[in-house]
Amino acid sequence: MTPLLSVRDLSKTYGGRIGCADVSFDLYPGEVLGIVGESGSGKSTLLNCLAGHLAPDTGEILFDTRTDGPRDTRKMSEPERRMLSRTDWAFVHQNPRDGLRMGVSAGGNVGERLMAVGARHYGQIRAQATDWLGRVEITEDRLDDRPSAFSGGMQQRLQIARNLVTGPRLVFMDEPTGGLDVSVQARLLDLLRGLVREMGLSAIIVTHDLAVVRLLAHRLMVMKSGHVVEQGLTDQVLDDPQHAYTQLLVSSILQV
Amino acid sequence: MSDYNFAYLDEQTKRMIRRALLKAVAVPGYQVPFASREMPMPYGWGTGGVQVTAACLTPDDTLKVIDQGADDTTNAVSIRKFFEKTAHVATTEKTRAASVIQTRHRIPEEPLTADQILVYQVPIPEPLRFLEPRETETRRMHALEEYGLMHVKLYEDIARHGHIATAYAYPVKVEGRYVMDPSPIPKFDNPKLESAALQLFGAGREQRIYAIPPHTRVVSLDFEDHPFEASKADHACDLCSARHTYLDEVITDDAGGRMFVCSDTDYCAGRQATGHHGRLSPQEATA
Repeated sequence: MTPLLSVRDLSKTYGGRIGCADVSFDLYPGEVLGIVGESGSGKSTLLNCLAGHLAPDTGEILFDTRTDGPRDTRKMSEPERRMLSRTDWAFVHQNPRDGLRMGVSAGGNVGERLMAVGARHYGQIRAQATDWLGRVEITEDRLDDRPSAFSGGMQQRLQIARNLVTGPRLVFMDEPTGGLDVSVQARLLDLLRGLVREMGLSAIIVTHDLAVVRLLAHRLMVMKSGHVVEQGLTDQVLDDPQHAYTQLLVSSILQV
Repeated sequence: MSDYNFAYLDEQTKRMIRRALLKAVAVPGYQVPFASREMPMPYGWGTGGVQVTAACLTPDDTLKVIDQGADDTTNAVSIRKFFEKTAHVATTEKTRAASVIQTRHRIPEEPLTADQILVYQVPIPEPLRFLEPRETETRRMHALEEYGLMHVKLYEDIARHGHIATAYAYPVKVEGRYVMDPSPIPKFDNPKLESAALQLFGAGREQRIYAIPPHTRVVSLDFEDHPFEASKADHACDLCSARHTYLDEVITDDAGGRMFVCSDTDYCAGRQATGHHGRLSPQEATA
C-alpha cells in the first residue's frame, strides 16, 4: 500500500536554532498519527512544514495525490499547493479564531471552502452547510449566527465542520482540544473519533495531552528539542516507554 | 504666480500615470500601483480620478464631470472649475459632446462611444477588502485567482436578507480573470460596464489604477439560483417620465411627500427638451 504521506529527513532551522531535524515517517490512509512533546520541542514547526505554512530547509514531503500519485509538495507550485490545502487537506487550529472568519455566519464559514472550489448554487451550499453543522452537533437554527456568538467548544466544532466539508483525506490538527474544559474536550474527542472512523480520514494530531493521543492516535511520535526520540504504536509507547524523556513524560501525568 | 503646468500635474508625473494606465489597459481589471500625488483637494473628493483625467487630457478635449449623475453638485463643479483653470479645456454638461468624462458613482444613461474616455473616482479599489483585511493576502488571492471569498459575501447577503442585498460597488469579473470593484456605481449600471468607451479607474488614497478596455467582457458575480439583477426604484421619473433610467428618491416635505427623478441630470434635461414630461413637471411645460 502506498503511504498517503511520506516524510524523509525533514529539517527546519530558525537561523542557528533547530526547529525540527531529520524527521522521517510514513502515514498510511486511515491512520492517525499523534505527535507529542513539550513546548518548544518542534511539533508545531513540523506540522506547519507538513501543511505548507512554513518552508522546510531540507527533506522531502511526498503526498499521494488523487491524480498523479506521490508528489513532493515542496516542489509543487504555489497554486497547486493551495489547491491541495483547500481540497485534500484540512488544518484545524488550536484557537478557532485563527481558522474561522469571525465576521461571517456559521453557514458562510462552512460554505467558504465549497465556494472556493467552485460551488455556485446557493441552495446546495446551504444544504451542505446545514448537514455539516448537524454532524458536529450544532443545531440548524444557529446556521446564520456568527461564530462570535458561539461558545469555545462550538467554535472548535464549527472549525472542524468547515474543514471537513470538502471531504479531505488528510487533516492536520494543532492542539484541537487546547483551551477547552474537560467535559467539552471529551465530547469533541468523541466527535473527532467518530468522524475520523466514518470518513476514513488520515490525521496528524499535535498535542501535549497524552490522553488525547491515547484516545485518537494509532501511532505516536515523541519529540524533544526538534528531534524524534521515539515512535511506535500508541499503546506500546505509552505503556512501555523506552526513551528517558518519554518515561518522564508518561510519569508526569497527574492521576486523579 | 498663476501659471500652472497644463492640467496641474508636472509632465514627469503625467508620464508615470500614463505608464500605469497602459499597464492597466493591457491587463484588464488588474490593480496597478502608482505613485499618487498630493492634490489640492481632500482624499475622497476624487484625487485618483483627477490625476487620471489630468494624465489623459489634451488641449483639444472637452471635459464633463459627473457627481452621482449630476453636473451641478459640489464635487462636479469644483473639479470642472479646477480643470478650466489649470488646463483651459472646454467643458460641457452634454454627455455626447464630451471626449473625457470624469464620474463619481454613476455611468451616464446615454451609451458612450469609441472616442470617449470615462474616468471613475474610486474610494476603495480592493473588492476583497472587507472580507480579507491583509493586502498581502488579497494580492496573492488575485494572483492565484482564488475568488471563493467574494461569493461568501454574496452568500451572507442572501442568508441575511433573502436576496443579494449589495446594491452598489457590486463585484464583477473582467474578461474571465480579475475580480474588480467597479467603484460605488449602483448595480443598475453594471451591464453598462461593457461599453465602446475606454474606462479608467483611479484611486488616489489607495494608489491604484485599473481599467476596462472597450468591448471587454464584464460579468457580475452571482449564484445559479440567485442570478444578478440590475435593480432600480420601480417608478417613472417625475420630470421626464422615463422608466428605463436610474432614479434618485427626493424627499420634498415633512409629510411623506417624495419624488423620483433621473439621477443623470443631463439625460433628464435632454428628454424634457424633446417634449417628455412627468407627474411633477412645471405647469407651463405641460400646457
